[in-house]
Amino acid sequence: MYPIAIFLLLFGIWIIFSGQFDPFHLAMGLVSALFVTLISSSFLFLDRDRSAGQRLGEMIRIPGYLAWILYKIFQANLHILKLALTPGDLKGVEPSMVKVKTNLKTDFGRYVLANSITLTPGTITVLMEGDELLVHSISEETDAGLRDGTMEQRIAEVFERGKE
Amino acid sequence: MIIPAISAVLIALGLLFFIGGAVGILRFPDFYTRMHAAGKGDTMSMFAICLGLAVYQLQDPTPAHILVAMKILLIALFIMMTSPTSTHALIKAGFIEGLKMWRRKDRKEKS
Repeated sequence: MYPIAIFLLLFGIWIIFSGQFDPFHLAMGLVSALFVTLISSSFLFLDRDRSAGQRLGEMIRIPGYLAWILYKIFQANLHILKLALTPGDLKGVEPSMVKVKTNLKTDFGRYVLANSITLTPGTITVLMEGDELLVHSISEETDAGLRDGTMEQRIAEVFERGKE
Repeated sequence: MIIPAISAVLIALGLLFFIGGAVGILRFPDFYTRMHAAGKGDTMSMFAICLGLAVYQLQDPTPAHILVAMKILLIALFIMMTSPTSTHALIKAGFIEGLKMWRRKDRKEKS
């Protein structure tokens, strides 16, 4: 089941990247996608005891999260832009190291949280130990956004529904 | 007519964020804060520019152009995954090396 899905995914990406639809190029793609699936299909989708329904639900909810995080990134970028272009003594830049505790259970959920924190300008994940993240934050405002926990809730809704 | 306008707005937005990133690298006080400007302003501006280019491809939606637009979007997606990872790797290296963090002198410490 999983190898077939991975094969189709790889082949689809091949078609997009090659853009050639003659038999020769399709056959090359078929062979290489098959080869890669054979040697490395066990590296993708590590958490395999989840049902297809759960996966499907995840797929459906991911675009919503992406849209939300893009909006957040946009907002935070405006904030950084303002900080960088404010003349004078860098008013508003008040860096601090913040410890954030997370309730996310799965590795993937935590990975998404850490990467989302880093993607939102103003905050960078420095270290992650167990369920504690050490985050560098550039100003009071980004600091507050970090503490209110909306991001974590959203991730839990998308990736960990029905897991508690 | 409207599609070139949308893509122009997106590309201009990307350039604006690039300016913010570049000025931030020069002006921010220490390694950590500079990473904020360098690592992330770029991600957003790259994404906006790629989106603008992809939209521009779609004004003549033949299969070939749609294919190009999809390639551009995939590139944007890959950079959105790798960029935070490399930013994190750099800042972690700095932290382990013990780089001092710049703080405002008159700042009250919070617990």
